[in-house]
Amino acid sequence: MSPKQGGRVRFAAGGARSATLGALGRQHGGQVLRNRIFLGFLFLAVSVALLGLALILIDAFLKGRGRLTLGLITNSPSGDGSKAGFAQPILGTAYLIGFMVLMVVPLGVGAAVYLEEYADRDRWWNRLIEVNIQNLAAVPAIVYGILGLAFIVRGPLDLGFILFTGSMTLALLVLPVVIIASREALRAVPPSIREGSLALGATQWQTTGRQVLPAALPGILTGIILAVSRAVGEAAPLLLLGAATFVTFNPQPFADAGWTALPVQIYQYAQRPQAEFKAVAASGVILMLVVLLLMNSLAIWLRNRYEQKW
Amino acid sequence: MGLRAHSLRAGRPRYGERAIKAFLALCAGLSVLTTTAIVISLLGPTIGFFRDVSVLDFFSGTQWFPTQGFFGVLPLVLGSLNVVGWGLLFAIPIGLGAAIYLSEYAPHRVRKAIKPILEVLAGVPTVAIGFFGISFVVPLLRDVWPGSFLGGPPGFFMAGGAALCIGLMIVPIISSISEDAMSAVPRAMREGAYALGASKMHVATRVVFPAALSGVVASIVLGVSRAVGETMIVLMVAGNNPKMTLNPVEAIQAMTAYIGITATGDVATGTVKYDTVFAVGALLFAITLAMNLASIRMVRRYREVYE
Repeated sequence: MSPKQGGRVRFAAGGARSATLGALGRQHGGQVLRNRIFLGFLFLAVSVALLGLALILIDAFLKGRGRLTLGLITNSPSGDGSKAGFAQPILGTAYLIGFMVLMVVPLGVGAAVYLEEYADRDRWWNRLIEVNIQNLAAVPAIVYGILGLAFIVRGPLDLGFILFTGSMTLALLVLPVVIIASREALRAVPPSIREGSLALGATQWQTTGRQVLPAALPGILTGIILAVSRAVGEAAPLLLLGAATFVTFNPQPFADAGWTALPVQIYQYAQRPQAEFKAVAASGVILMLVVLLLMNSLAIWLRNRYEQKW
Repeated sequence: MGLRAHSLRAGRPRYGERAIKAFLALCAGLSVLTTTAIVISLLGPTIGFFRDVSVLDFFSGTQWFPTQGFFGVLPLVLGSLNVVGWGLLFAIPIGLGAAIYLSEYAPHRVRKAIKPILEVLAGVPTVAIGFFGISFVVPLLRDVWPGSFLGGPPGFFMAGGAALCIGLMIVPIISSISEDAMSAVPRAMREGAYALGASKMHVATRVVFPAALSGVVASIVLGVSRAVGETMIVLMVAGNNPKMTLNPVEAIQAMTAYIGITATGDVATGTVKYDTVFAVGALLFAITLAMNLASIRMVRRYREVYE
């Protein structure tokens, strides 16, 4: 429907409505009241959702603000609540995410490019890959933990309880996020760009690599940031891969000597009954949420700054 | 200036192009490999588990104490159901209410402000929501609990607290997918209803909502699948006490919490205890797989109708 048509329909609808109302008289009071109550319920629903988020942030801030000192990031995990911090878990998370990005970016973007630029959608195997990716996006995180435990830590790969297995597992976990976001970014690049490039004699890869991918880059970056922010907060699969409490030496990515990560350490502190540890856990939550909010803002900024209208 | 003739002839075969295509296909194929690996890694130990424990005992037993030889999975399944069921009771009205408001009522600017905030809520790590559960939700519920009327007072671990947290977690999932589906309903349908004198509420509830139903149902199914698979919240808030109950006041153990608490530390491979993790994991995977496929199907249906 063109906007002009839409306007005409709306005009006609308004006319018909006022005619009906004129014929039938005003809406009676009960109906007006019911409409009000319904709208009130809708407001309530939105407010509860927003209030929930606000409470999560406020509660963590009120309980953890006393611990927001430099010690939070320089102190090692400890059984002594007054000295407990997150130094090694932060380093562990940095390693986890660093290696994960190295793996997930080429694999995810590669898969997206294949599905959008190369694959023939009528082939059953390509449709299978598509449904499979959609399903993988909703497989519970803990199942990825089981996969990591049975396939990477033990079983075929048999790498042992090392930090790197956590990176591999997280990479598999967020791969669908990267693929789905990259595909959307690639789809937003208009076909005329590709056709122009191909018409000038560029090969398909030259077209993809030099025209399509650069144009889709902001969208792809946004997807990668979202994937990273999901991985930063993921604790459940790491529990199965040997992430331990109280690692007081700097973790090594490939050494079988114990490792830990920020969300796992928060969980461990939160489990302790003493109020002191609850405060430490709360400060860890603040730290994690601040990092994630910064990343989300960066993603939103990227999306707005480089969003191209074709 | 004419084209030179040789540029129209077939060029030399480009092996580089083919190699790149093969690499890209391999990347895409990795996702299928991942699913296969998940199934294999679950299936092997699960088969081993059912060599030691009869299938009937597993699915009909009402006690789950693996260390004492009781392998009835029902308490864990009911534990998950307890949390998810009460959580949905909270999340469905809130999520759908928010979706209807955003799609039908909200002015453009309000909508533009609220949607990113809900996205932020969707991005809060579940360990943070779990912490919120034990530090705020459960203490609050314990304070306001109406005496013995509802079988209280609750302890420090309760299914109901976890249910509220899980509900909060899936509200953005339900609201964003439902809102997508409602926004995809063509405007002509709304205008037709207005032309017949319908009020805004009637248009929202009797025209847009039914027309978007497959998307709405898909959003709920996906939310349930997320809720069933969520680990940290149930592990931190609902306790670790396998029990046959749907009472939200009690401490229970969900399937994911059992996996999370059992597989930490060094469980020796090959023991029955190690295998239970995989048997419960296989059940969890099967449940969520069925729901995911149903949800993907339904989303595709509403896309096909209106887009």
